[in-house]
Parts: sequence; C-alpha cells; structure tokens
Amino acid sequence: MTADSLHAMQRAEQQRRLRLEDRILCCTVAGCLSGRAAAVRASIQEQIDLQGRAGRVEVCGTGCMGLCCEGPLVRSSAADAILTNATPADGAALAAGDWSRFGERILLPDHPFFAGQRRIILGNSGHADPERFADYVAGGGYRSLLRAATEMAPEEIIAEVKKSRLRGRGGAGYPAGIKWELVARQRSAAKYVVCNADEGDPGAFMNRSVLEGDPHRVLEGMAIAGRALGAQQGYIYARGESPLAIARLRTALEQAQREGLLRGQMFDSHFSFRIDLRIGAGAYVCGEETALLASIEGKRGQPVPRPPYPPESGLWGHPTLINNVETFANIPTILEKGGDWFAAIGTPASPGTKVFALAGRIVRTGLVEVPIGTPLRTILYQLGGGVPKGHEFKAAQTGGPAGGCIPARYLDLPMDYDSLTAIGTKMGSGGLIVLDSSSCMVDLARFFMEFCMDESCGKCIPCRAGTVQMHDILARMTRGEGVESDFEILEQLAALLKETSLCGLGIAAPNPVVSTLHHFREEYEAHVHERRCLAGHCRMPVPAGAIQ
Amino acid sequence: MLERVMSRHQYSGSALIEVLHTAQQLYGYLSKPLLGTIAHKLRLPPSKVLGVATFYHLFRFVPVREHTVVVCLGTACYEAGGTELMSTVKRHRPESEWTVEAGRCVGSCGLAPVVICDGEGLSRVTPETLVTRLGGRLS
Repeated sequence: MTADSLHAMQRAEQQRRLRLEDRILCCTVAGCLSGRAAAVRASIQEQIDLQGRAGRVEVCGTGCMGLCCEGPLVRSSAADAILTNATPADGAALAAGDWSRFGERILLPDHPFFAGQRRIILGNSGHADPERFADYVAGGGYRSLLRAATEMAPEEIIAEVKKSRLRGRGGAGYPAGIKWELVARQRSAAKYVVCNADEGDPGAFMNRSVLEGDPHRVLEGMAIAGRALGAQQGYIYARGESPLAIARLRTALEQAQREGLLRGQMFDSHFSFRIDLRIGAGAYVCGEETALLASIEGKRGQPVPRPPYPPESGLWGHPTLINNVETFANIPTILEKGGDWFAAIGTPASPGTKVFALAGRIVRTGLVEVPIGTPLRTILYQLGGGVPKGHEFKAAQTGGPAGGCIPARYLDLPMDYDSLTAIGTKMGSGGLIVLDSSSCMVDLARFFMEFCMDESCGKCIPCRAGTVQMHDILARMTRGEGVESDFEILEQLAALLKETSLCGLGIAAPNPVVSTLHHFREEYEAHVHERRCLAGHCRMPVPAGAIQ
Repeated sequence: MLERVMSRHQYSGSALIEVLHTAQQLYGYLSKPLLGTIAHKLRLPPSKVLGVATFYHLFRFVPVREHTVVVCLGTACYEAGGTELMSTVKRHRPESEWTVEAGRCVGSCGLAPVVICDGEGLSRVTPETLVTRLGGRLS
C-alpha cells in the first residue's frame, strides 16, 4: 500500500457511505452477541433484501456502544440514534428506517450515559465495522502510521508521545514516552514491541472490547511504536479465554498484510514491521511483564527478578517494549491530533481518557470512556444511573485482585492514578464493580485471596505460602470461626507479602484485605467477635443461647 | 495440521504453547502419547512439555464429555450469585454427559451472572432458567 492508495481508499469509502440512505450498525461484541445480536443482524439483512433496499441501506457489525445491559444495541446513521433491546422482530422497521414505533427504547446521543463520555479509544465503536479494513481507513485509520513511517523521525514520534504525557493503561501508570525512550536508546540487533492483551482481572472487559471492536487501532499503535524504537517485530499476547477477540485480531492482521502493511516495507519507506499473535492459556500471572515474556518464549509463565527491566533485556534477551492494549490504542490519535491536544484532556498528571467497565449493583452496566479525573459520583450516578431502587451504595471495587475498595465517603474522589493510590486502591486496568449492603467485604477479600492463591505461580515462597495462609484465615472468619489474634496475623502476612514477593501478583495480593480492613473493619470485627455477618451473606453458626 | 503448525514455527521449542493449543483443538485434550510426540518433534525434554502444559489452566488432560457448561465465577458473577449456579449445575447434571468448569471471568460482567453452555453465552442466569436450559439440552 502506498500513501496515494490509502488516501484513495479513504475517499472511496467516504463517498460510498454518502450514497447510502442509512447505515445500520449492530453491536457484535461478546456481550450483545450473547443476547442474540447475530439473529437481529440477519433479520435486518433479510428485510433489506425483501424490501428491495439493498444498495441504499446496509447493515454491518460494530464495536461496543457501551450500554451492555440494554443489548443488543443497534445504531442507525440516518436516525443518529440507538435502539436498545433489539430483537429479530424489529428487523422490518429498522430496514425501512421507521423508528416511530420504538418509543422508549430509543437512545439519543444526548442521553446522560453518552453525554458525560469522551470517546477516543472507543471512537470507532458504533460507527465502524471492526471486520472491514476500509471502515477503519475511512475514519482516518493508518494515516498516523503513514506519517510515522514517511514523514517523522523516530525522535519526533517519541517527543510527541512524551508531550502527551500518556501513562500506561495497564494499571501501574508508568509514563509511556519515557519507556519508549528507554528502549529506543538501547543498541541491539533486535528489538521487540509487545502488546499485553492478557486482561485477566475478573470484572474487567475493556481491552477485550477494544480488540473486538477496533483491532486495527491497536495494530497501528504497535507499528508506530516499532517505527519509533527501531523494532521490526511485534507480538500481541492475547487472553485465551476471549476467542472472539482473537478471531477479530486474526482477521485484522490478515487484512493489514493483504494491503501490504505489517508485512515487509510499507508506504514505499524503509520501515517494515510484522506482528504475530500469541495466545495465552489461562494463567493470570502472565499479565506480569516478565512472566508474559517467558510465556511468549514457550515457557511456564513464571516471573524473573527485575532489574534488568524488559526495556534493557526482554524477549530472548533483547530490548522489549511492553504496553497495554489501551496504551497502544491511544497512539494513533496522539500522532494525529498532537501531544498537546491529548495532554489537555483529563488531569495534568494523568492526561487522556480511561475506559471503565461498570458492573455489579448499578442500573446501567457496560463500558464507558471518560476523561481521567472524572469524579466517581459522575461515573456511577450520571453515566451509570446510580444503584437500583431499594439498594444502597456501599463501595466500588477497582483494580481487581490487586486493587481495593472505594467506600461511599469517597464518592467525589477524582478517578485518577494518584488519587486512587492515596486511598489504598488502584486504577488497575479499569474494572469498576459496584457493591451494595448485601455484599460482605470479608467474603470479598476472601474471594480475591482465593483467586491469588490459585493463580500464584509457585516460584517464590511469600506468595505461594502466604496467600494460602491469608486465605485460610479469611475463610475461617467467613465461617464464624475467626479469633482475635487473626487480625494481627493478617496484618503481618500482608506486610510480608508486600515486601518480599518476587512480582506484582504477590506484592499486590494483600491489597483487597488491607483496603477492606481499613475501610470496613467493623465488618471483620462483627464476624470475629459477634459471629455475625453484617451483610447477611456468610453462613454463621447459630449461637448456643439463641435456640429456645 | 499439527505438523503444519510445528513446521511453520520451524520446530522451535518457543512455539510449544501454540502447538499445545492446536493439539487440544484437534484432539479435545492432551493425552500422554500426544505430549510425548510433541516433545520429540520439538526436541524438548518430556518433563518440560508436561511442566508447561500443566502450568496453564486452559489445557486439559482428560477427554471432554458431550456437553460443556462453564459457570463464570469472576467478581461480578460471584457477587451476583455465581456460586449458587455452580451448585445448581452440580446437583442437576448427570455425571456422564457434562463437563463442568468454573470460568475465570468471561468478560460479560455487565450481564452477570453468566454461564456458557456448549459455547453459547447465557446472561443474567437464575437457577430456574439454568435448570430449564440444562434439561432442554438433555432431551
């Protein structure tokens, strides 16, 4: 592909769309598919043919529009509206463009769920078909890669990323530009770019939705990184449990290669970059960077001590850049609109947007993208519609098994890396699970500890044995068999794991315990002292005097 | 097919996980003789192949049964009653026909609790709907 053919493809696709009366986009991401979105799409197609509107109206798939709880979602470009809870029976009206009967099922762009959002990473979702190359190109796709390969020097690309002050979206928030510079500085015959798509936190489905909804954006971001660092090979390490994301990535890779990108030299430049897919096999620890690299090399996913860090010595001992899916997904836009534009969104210390996955006791569950620093209250109440009637907000869990809880008194906390760390939790990759009074915090801590215990790779003793000990104590507490000394032992073990574990899994494993002990100590005390579960969740032994 | 994947990676040991994925897709599970063949072809010690295969959750070493049901026990599904669904499944399914697995978050948290029945995702599952579904599959 040359610069001219890229521009020609973009123009042709844009003009083709102008000739259409309506473009109907059905969400074809895992959530809506489980609500029979495929049947809805087939029905619309059938009706278009039946009504003889083929050529004037088309139906296609698209990425996540966010409101998963009301799925399947269907968007019409002519009506500029979204139909919720679509069924195959709606096919005829949708094909005819007759929205008069849908009534309250219509969502307009000014709905509070959308009004508070700022979509960059999810910008194409609801507007483009992830399985069509031309759709990505029509929205300006691969133009940033074209510029990076033909017009910009590697230093300029890195300077732009540094200017954007983009921070790693995998959870730790390390400045991306500085990491890129570290790898670029290394002298080595081979360098690698690795995309960490091993999204293993239970309760997180942001990366998966990006891969299913806009895979080319991630590929483009990785190729730009390759150009900036002088790397020629990239790997995407995808989670084995997300077959649809893997299939979409495969399709996207094949398309890009067929168009002459990501295979040999591109755009008549000297830059060539290739990306291979590696599929994980269900090991949470592989989200840790050194374990991930070991897994790509075909070994057990066990971490190794750092330093040396991967930018110095990574895959097969060569300098390696590892970034998260969402980090790479930001890159094409940063190059397109400039680092300064990006830095102006969000907060000065954490610019840009963040995708959050809303789940649990909340009216509207799904995926939202907001500027970093948006208060939790806005996300939960304006976008998420608050907790359902009859329930009371208790806490929001963030960061999965490595994170903690945000209790109700911090509802106005801005959601950015540093504010969350300050109250003992983590931004993590963006899972946000809302808990109400029926959730027992002791049992939640036990749940996460059980997860870490199962997922500990077994290499270092603090994590391997410590998680078992901590889980035993928590399990005893939830059975009403806790004793006073358990508190002290829990706290000692938490400190021990944090200070002496080899990798992030063990270091962060005590976080949910420490966080819930800090914010909800009264629940622990009720379990131990009164043999009572305040949430009524744990089955407690009946006290001897209670039976009359 | 397995041979093709191995040759595409030039019989390199670093392709072990890819090869194991393909082998499991083809044969449903990883039998001892199959692991032995892979070790031989990739010129790896059998202990290493077994070590890698058993490290990862997704590889299985016994054949799958006719039907598979995966109950998601990620955070959102756990809080929404996933464990109750798990015990429902265990109570109601005949041993011989079902492989029952606990899932590690399938990423449909907005629709919790989720159960995957023979590859088809079911959302907002209750014990009642699940029993009906499992019953329907049997008849």
